[in-house]
Amino acid sequence: MSTLRDAVPGADRSARHRDPNARRPGTRRRSRRVERLLGEHPLGLLLSSPYVAYVLVVFLIPFGFGVWMAFHDFFFTAPGVQVPHPFVGFDNFGQVLGDPAVRQAFGNLLVFLVINVPLTVVLALLFASGLDAVVHWKGFFRVSYYIPYVTASVATLTVWIFMFNGNGVVNRVLGDLAPDPTWLANQNLIMPLIAVYVTWKNLGFYVLLYLAALQNVPAELHEAAQMDGAGKWQRFRAVTLPGVRPVTSLVVLLTIIMTGQIFTEPYLLTGGGPDGASMTPALLMYQKGIQQGQPDVAAAIGLLLVLAVMILSLASRRLTERKG
Amino acid sequence: MPSTANRATGLPSVLRFAVLFVGALVALVPFYYMVIGSLQRERDTSLGGLLPLPGNLTFDNFVGVNESINLLRALLNSLIMTAGVVGCTLVLGLLVGYALAVLSFRGQGLVFALVLLVQAIPFQLLMVPLYVMVVRYFNLADSYAGMILPFAVNSVAVLIFRQYFLQIPRDVFDAARIDGASEVRILRSIAAPLVRPAILTAMLVTFIGPWNEFLWPFLVTKDASMQPLAVSLANFSQANSTFQANPMGAVLAGACVLAIPAVVLFLMFKRHFTSANLGSAIKG
Repeated sequence: MSTLRDAVPGADRSARHRDPNARRPGTRRRSRRVERLLGEHPLGLLLSSPYVAYVLVVFLIPFGFGVWMAFHDFFFTAPGVQVPHPFVGFDNFGQVLGDPAVRQAFGNLLVFLVINVPLTVVLALLFASGLDAVVHWKGFFRVSYYIPYVTASVATLTVWIFMFNGNGVVNRVLGDLAPDPTWLANQNLIMPLIAVYVTWKNLGFYVLLYLAALQNVPAELHEAAQMDGAGKWQRFRAVTLPGVRPVTSLVVLLTIIMTGQIFTEPYLLTGGGPDGASMTPALLMYQKGIQQGQPDVAAAIGLLLVLAVMILSLASRRLTERKG
Repeated sequence: MPSTANRATGLPSVLRFAVLFVGALVALVPFYYMVIGSLQRERDTSLGGLLPLPGNLTFDNFVGVNESINLLRALLNSLIMTAGVVGCTLVLGLLVGYALAVLSFRGQGLVFALVLLVQAIPFQLLMVPLYVMVVRYFNLADSYAGMILPFAVNSVAVLIFRQYFLQIPRDVFDAARIDGASEVRILRSIAAPLVRPAILTAMLVTFIGPWNEFLWPFLVTKDASMQPLAVSLANFSQANSTFQANPMGAVLAGACVLAIPAVVLFLMFKRHFTSANLGSAIKG
């Protein structure tokens, strides 16, 4: 997403290249025709071709295949066997939308978002403002916050499982306050626990984003506000918050996009349970598409998921950028 | 903007330091617990167990997990997959980044649009069809090629390289052209050495992804001897590892082995993980 800001295609530069004054001396006439057809440096096509070929094989063809699959009756067969895959229209989608398990999985993502987004924004902004002003141990704090982000989920989830299972250290500390049924077996606590885990894991990344944004808020604005008699809290609200709004918008967008991909956490913590309370669409796609051999249904879930993520992303952009 | 000291944060400095410290503690405690748990002879979940008690410390858990999942083999698989991904990413990214920044050719805008499109297509859409293609049609299940394929193209690296090449004055390339150097020669002898820092940055930014990746290698590897460590460890942890003397210790020992290389590399090169590089690492 942020890459779009430096997305200035090579138009201006290629114009400069075609400027006759910038041409190297002694260009042969033959190259004129090649140039008109392929551009000044046909080598560029050659250098780009492996990348483009990969994009076709790994992204565009599977993308089209997935959409095709969702509208056809597709199932696995023995290798080499030719079977018809008839067009079934929206049948797969009908089946998906009528499935309470699917609805529950999408509902779980909403629970996740409601906890994860505010928690991420508030904590990242809090730690980034602290880091921006602190003098000592700055490096230590940055490194500490970032370490969970660079560590494999499989490794950190393992620790979380052992900290939060029935006789784990968290319940030992809580004593009589420990929840019953305990964390991983509790329908009401499992999705919040996953939301807290993901917040913990990714927070360092968002802290660094906010830190960069805070350092770009002009100090003059703070000074001017101070001259006008604004207190610390007023300056935070009137100067800092508007100054970091683009990053807030980005953070919300990224958490929404990442939410759609949640798979490893429920798979390792609970396998989607208890009773579907931590099931997510991505995990459901794995179970239906690969374990139960219904790739067409899984592809339909995938399309709905991407659609939901897109709608939420657009809504979040309108909400977070409107007041700018 | 150097005057950070008097920036408004709404918090007095002692409280601010305390908040930051608690945050760091919360970030690090699970790692401490990972290490201490991997060294405990017997599982001790009391608060006292968090202290390293000399009588209860042992390396047996590492031996135990190694007997179950062959740590070295799994590490080697992770390494091969990661090296393959990083290698492909660097080569493809360097070529396209150079072409996009320095050359001008027909279809340039389209190639750049493709680079951005790669960022925008969500993996959930690709998961099932890619699985069907790679495993059923290309027959690449349980192979390194199958594990590497979906990550070989990476717009992060392309954008990093493109950005670096754009910063090099165009006169450098024009001078070489006037001297009669071919475009290939320019790329090899002038452009590539000039962007050495970009190669390091792209390597570091793209290393963590495949090393930590779970979902895709989990889908394409069923053969235990081909699984990267993250997948073997997850399977080991799922199977409850009940025949181990201290199952939790064994799983945590595996987690340490998986976590340490990425953390060490991050600590060694932490100044390269700036927010500018992170910005281009965002997938979305």
